[in-house]
Amino acid sequence: MGLFTGLKDSISRATDRLFSEQEPKRIGIYGPPNAGKTTLANRIARDWTGDAIGTESHIPHETRRARRKEDVEIERNGKSVTIDIVDTPGVTTKVDYEEFTDEMEKDDAIRRSREATEGVAEAMHWLREDVDGVIYVLDSAEDPITQVNTMLIGIIESRDLPVLIFANKIDLPESSVKRIEDAFPQHKTVPLSAKEGENMDEVYENIAEYFG
Amino acid sequence: MPEATKADDNRHDGVQIDLISGERMEGLASMEKIRMILDGVHDGNIVILEEGLTPDEESRLIEVTMAEISPDEFNGIEIETYPKSGTRDSSLLGRIMGNDESPKKLTVIGPANQIETLHKDETLISALVSRS
Repeated sequence: MGLFTGLKDSISRATDRLFSEQEPKRIGIYGPPNAGKTTLANRIARDWTGDAIGTESHIPHETRRARRKEDVEIERNGKSVTIDIVDTPGVTTKVDYEEFTDEMEKDDAIRRSREATEGVAEAMHWLREDVDGVIYVLDSAEDPITQVNTMLIGIIESRDLPVLIFANKIDLPESSVKRIEDAFPQHKTVPLSAKEGENMDEVYENIAEYFG
Repeated sequence: MPEATKADDNRHDGVQIDLISGERMEGLASMEKIRMILDGVHDGNIVILEEGLTPDEESRLIEVTMAEISPDEFNGIEIETYPKSGTRDSSLLGRIMGNDESPKKLTVIGPANQIETLHKDETLISALVSRS
């Protein structure tokens, strides 16, 4: 990208954000498969609107289409923000239908893998074109230094998008929030368990402050 | 510009490695780079880029890879670069000085069913490459 093109894009994005202050911000929930993105999206949506967004599952690629919950108003400590939550499929560089054959018939596994690839492509397109900020969800019981995480954080940074890292699954005994903080020290890391509803106050404080 | 020579079809006892210099990549548009990488990977080659891709090109590489996955034929790619150390200079001044998107990171890309990362840290990538 040329210097002036890059500067023009940065200024344009900044002014877009300034002048769209009244519009709900589209906050994409990104991360690798099985990090708990839909569980978190459902927790936020239920807490503030009463409705869920999508189906939660232990099977990878349960979310195969980006799903949006509009006009979610979050208030904490006098700060409030209205956001559209976009729950996205887990990003990966490979999808093998054989991953699913323990859980379903081959034809269903192939269909699921096809939908998953379309969903990941769609999520990458959304990230380049259609989100104003990112909640990046990681499973704190897993090693955060993976290629997908490194690439995605780099892509988010290159687009100048505000990003909060959520260290999910702190209810698991092998959870390590510090490992995530050490991996991405340039970003705020918030520990939580979306499944158990643990530390959600801090989650909402950060969303209201960071994206508000 | 000549294409990388394909390995002799009669020699099935090895894996072809294409080491692509930064100079060669510099003259290509983003989609040409992605096409060159994926064409090599579809042929079962391991592609090593001297200077890597920009974040935007990485994003498009994932998107195009997803579009080309086909059951029993192509499962996608394995890709490895060294993790970044320290924080990125994303300030306006940093961008003016051109520090925002110069990858300069050796990148290894191969077919997902043929390359497995054994170890990775800030200075070393160990991968096991097998024949398909």
